[in-house]
Amino acid sequence: MKFDTPAAANPIDQLKVVGKATDRIDGPLKTTGTAPYAYERHDVVANQAYGFILGSAIAKGRITRMDVAAAKAAPGVVAVVTAENAGTLGKGKWNTAALLGGPDIQHYHQAIALVVAETFEQARDAAGLIKVDYQAEAGAFDLAAARDGATVAKGEPDSTVGDFNGAFATAPMRLDATYTTPDQGHAMMEPHATIATWNGDKLTLWTANQMINWGVKDVSQTLNIPQENIRLISPYIGGGFGGKLFVRSDALMAALGARIAGRPVRVALTRPLMFNNTTHRPATIQRIRIGATREGKITAIGHESWSGDLPGGKPETAVQQTRLLYAGANRLTAMRLAVLDLPEGNAMRAPGEAPGLMALEVAMDEMAEKLGMDPIKFRILNDTQEDPEKPGRPFSQRQLIACLQQGAERFGWSKRNPKPASVREGRWLVGMGVAAGFRNNLVTKSAARVRLDAQGMVTVETDMTDIGTGTYTIIAQTAAETMGVPLEKVAVRLGDSSFPVSCGSGGQWGANNATAGVYAACMKLRQAVAGKLGFNAAEPHFADGHVSSGGHTVSLAQAAKDGDLVAEDLIEYGDLDKKYQQSTFAGHFVEVAVDSATGEIRLRRMLAVCAAGRILNPKSARSQVIGAMTMGAGAALMEELAVDKRRGFFVNHDLAGYEVPVHADIPHQDVVFLDEVDPISSPMKAKGVGELGICGVGAAVANAIYNATGVRVRDYPITLDKVLDHLPEVT
Amino acid sequence: MRPFTYERATSPADAAAKAASIPGARFIAGGTNLLDLMKLQIETPAHLIDVNGLGLDKIEDTPDGGLRVGALVRNTDLAADMRVRQHYGVLSRALVAGASGQLRNVATTAGNLLQRTRCPYFYDPNQPCNKRQPGSGCSAIGGVSRQLGIVGTSEACIATHPSDMAVAMRVLDATVETVRPGGAMRRIPIADLHRLPGDSPHVETTLERGELITAVTLPKPVGGAQIYHKVRDRASYAFALVSVAAIVHPDGTGRVALGGVAPKPWRVEAAEAHMKQGAKVVTAGLLADARPTDDNRFKVRLAERTLAAVLAEARG
Repeated sequence: MKFDTPAAANPIDQLKVVGKATDRIDGPLKTTGTAPYAYERHDVVANQAYGFILGSAIAKGRITRMDVAAAKAAPGVVAVVTAENAGTLGKGKWNTAALLGGPDIQHYHQAIALVVAETFEQARDAAGLIKVDYQAEAGAFDLAAARDGATVAKGEPDSTVGDFNGAFATAPMRLDATYTTPDQGHAMMEPHATIATWNGDKLTLWTANQMINWGVKDVSQTLNIPQENIRLISPYIGGGFGGKLFVRSDALMAALGARIAGRPVRVALTRPLMFNNTTHRPATIQRIRIGATREGKITAIGHESWSGDLPGGKPETAVQQTRLLYAGANRLTAMRLAVLDLPEGNAMRAPGEAPGLMALEVAMDEMAEKLGMDPIKFRILNDTQEDPEKPGRPFSQRQLIACLQQGAERFGWSKRNPKPASVREGRWLVGMGVAAGFRNNLVTKSAARVRLDAQGMVTVETDMTDIGTGTYTIIAQTAAETMGVPLEKVAVRLGDSSFPVSCGSGGQWGANNATAGVYAACMKLRQAVAGKLGFNAAEPHFADGHVSSGGHTVSLAQAAKDGDLVAEDLIEYGDLDKKYQQSTFAGHFVEVAVDSATGEIRLRRMLAVCAAGRILNPKSARSQVIGAMTMGAGAALMEELAVDKRRGFFVNHDLAGYEVPVHADIPHQDVVFLDEVDPISSPMKAKGVGELGICGVGAAVANAIYNATGVRVRDYPITLDKVLDHLPEVT
Repeated sequence: MRPFTYERATSPADAAAKAASIPGARFIAGGTNLLDLMKLQIETPAHLIDVNGLGLDKIEDTPDGGLRVGALVRNTDLAADMRVRQHYGVLSRALVAGASGQLRNVATTAGNLLQRTRCPYFYDPNQPCNKRQPGSGCSAIGGVSRQLGIVGTSEACIATHPSDMAVAMRVLDATVETVRPGGAMRRIPIADLHRLPGDSPHVETTLERGELITAVTLPKPVGGAQIYHKVRDRASYAFALVSVAAIVHPDGTGRVALGGVAPKPWRVEAAEAHMKQGAKVVTAGLLADARPTDDNRFKVRLAERTLAAVLAEARG
């Protein structure tokens, strides 16, 4: 199905199933512990051995000698894989560093060996017996120190409109501030894990991967085997946040281990390995300059960002929202990329926007204060309904003002005292903050296959993944709505490369595109049903498990009585995303209390008012947003991969050291979705929310802390030591 | 994890004797720290002696009006005991400030005292660490040290003792009871249980090889406002940046110990003489010998401000 004109009325608009708050259809599997995650697939193939990955002990340099004799001789050991016996390996498109290092070492904890043994404990013990001699080299591990040597990244040119420098220099009101965000880890619950088995030259991987088709391609490229010989199966994923977009060392080493051991091998990354062996959100240094009239109209807006990555890597695109969020005739955004020898950076929930808005939306708060304006009014004054870099290119929907205004009303913004450090409740300093949330809606093709059987059951198959977001359920809702059957008559099968290629899960593009692909396939199945039943005249009506046309009604199952009816189709897009800017918006509101003695910062209330197209399942959408808000609170207050700048690694590489919010940190969250349908986005008229929820939260927290204490912290995370010296005497 | 043998001890004396005679033997009770360390091969015991069945799980009144807390009393049970809550409030509060509910359900009194540091360099076997591998050097010095110690540390080690419970026990003047490998009992003031690192940070306590903690006794209640204030980056389930255990009497006198700043619960009795003069003076005494790093210099001010808040709270 080609989608190149705005969606007209269609079966989804019935909203009998879609749009209803719906429990997850996979919920019982999750709550009873019977959803099969990759490492738990004991059933899928016999004789599985355990692999344990040894990570590099240095950040940069070479292995000069590696002695695996003791490991090979250890009890239960079946095989040891290193670069020496792994064969010639390629590198996947989505990997920056090699997944198997040696003799060259590119980063700390880069995999250098896999020990395969009869038990996990034997493999782990034997891995400790491998003797490795290294020749360490000096590396670059400090972004601030590497900043001056940073260059323009390939494919990421500066964007300029008008004369930023001139307009900024002459603006009556100016802000020029620099912000930093640290490296962050995904820290999902389920570690990267894979079971691999070879049948001749055919490889099957039960794994945890958000993007099945990318995975097939990158496994093919890395192992130098044809894509058709690879099957990836990933039906349940225990959190990804971007950390499982790519094939990682668990999958490669399991495949190599299985090949060398001649039997199936399972590998999970240990928690201490996850932070340095895999990807992370790179740290940024961001300079923001805003020039405005005394009345608060932005005349110049500039956003520059510095980040680092391994050679061949990419910048954290922290300036991209600044190109679109506010009006202003003179504009500049620029990114510079430094070479760092830390583990490779890559996508983490709302890559670019999340750290970018942590800076931009504090800058907006600072500028509003300079102007003596309410920060909501300042944002509204500078709202734009068209792409500020391409006048005449409208937003498909843009309800930022409504998000902010309704949020203000619900949150009690009028009770905020604009004078910082002026509200005290006992020992607590109390403040409120606001920030805009903004994340683009990305459209990308997505396919599905649907099957109708003689029992009237509709089965959907697509390689789409559910990373804990609720994909199973919205796909079932889409099929139920389109085919006119109750939810219980839909079965959904996901995450298998033998199914049609979907958009996958990432960039909050999954919900809209995957369901649109299922919708396309269902519309094709409707045609097949109509044909089979001889309903050739008017468009038949599908409802309540029946099909009606011209006064004639038969059960849907009837159409499959002679055999299953199968239809496959994909949604593919024209140029509506060129003609219109498609984005999602939010107003984030936060109230914090800061201990006036210790500087401990505790959230009291959070509210997100979101405008993100049609909300397919308000229940799982809300869960997505509150989860993202929680992650945003973590980014604001505690999350930081602490870099040892001498030794070049993230030191706090476990969940005791890398703190993420616990229940006690998040007392009360509200989420409101504004009514919105976006016929420009897809036949579903939906967009995504999973990343919108994090975008802006950190800044809202920072702004609330400023309002509470009068301390403007521009370096995240905002820990108590950064406010302590500015707090009042303890009395 | 290295292969190990395992047995259940039949009596405290039996456990101590075996721990002394079997090479590489370690006691295991709750295992909340030991098992993690074994998975990382930081601890590689050849033999585990399980002391859970020894009946050391009771809280009993002592003849002098105090309490005798068995070594195997779980943190949850100790925190919830009505006698503890009424008369040793600082201990109950410290316990519930520690770890998580699940961990407290399993963690024992003696195990809590003997848990090892959470210094991240200690936890990464690739990094030099004098505590893990004597003589290899301290990679925390000059590294990421925001959580680490500011006082009582040495050129060889700047790790902290992570316990909350022990800080409260220190301020309560608890006594540790042990049985030695020969079967003799010993009473160790809690102040003397943990060693400062000096040039041998791998030797963490004054216990002999094989010596088993059987109980911790608390003297008769001393009254006063008993406060435990733990400061941390997140609201729960995090180790202290700084914690203050304090007992403050209506006349303004009292006692104070700090957690999160030193290799042991940090108390300087001489500094307490100045309690009436306020937090600044007391903290100056407590931390007179502090040698913080750039990363954790804030702990000095934080300790003072937290103590000031505690004293204000005690005044009501």
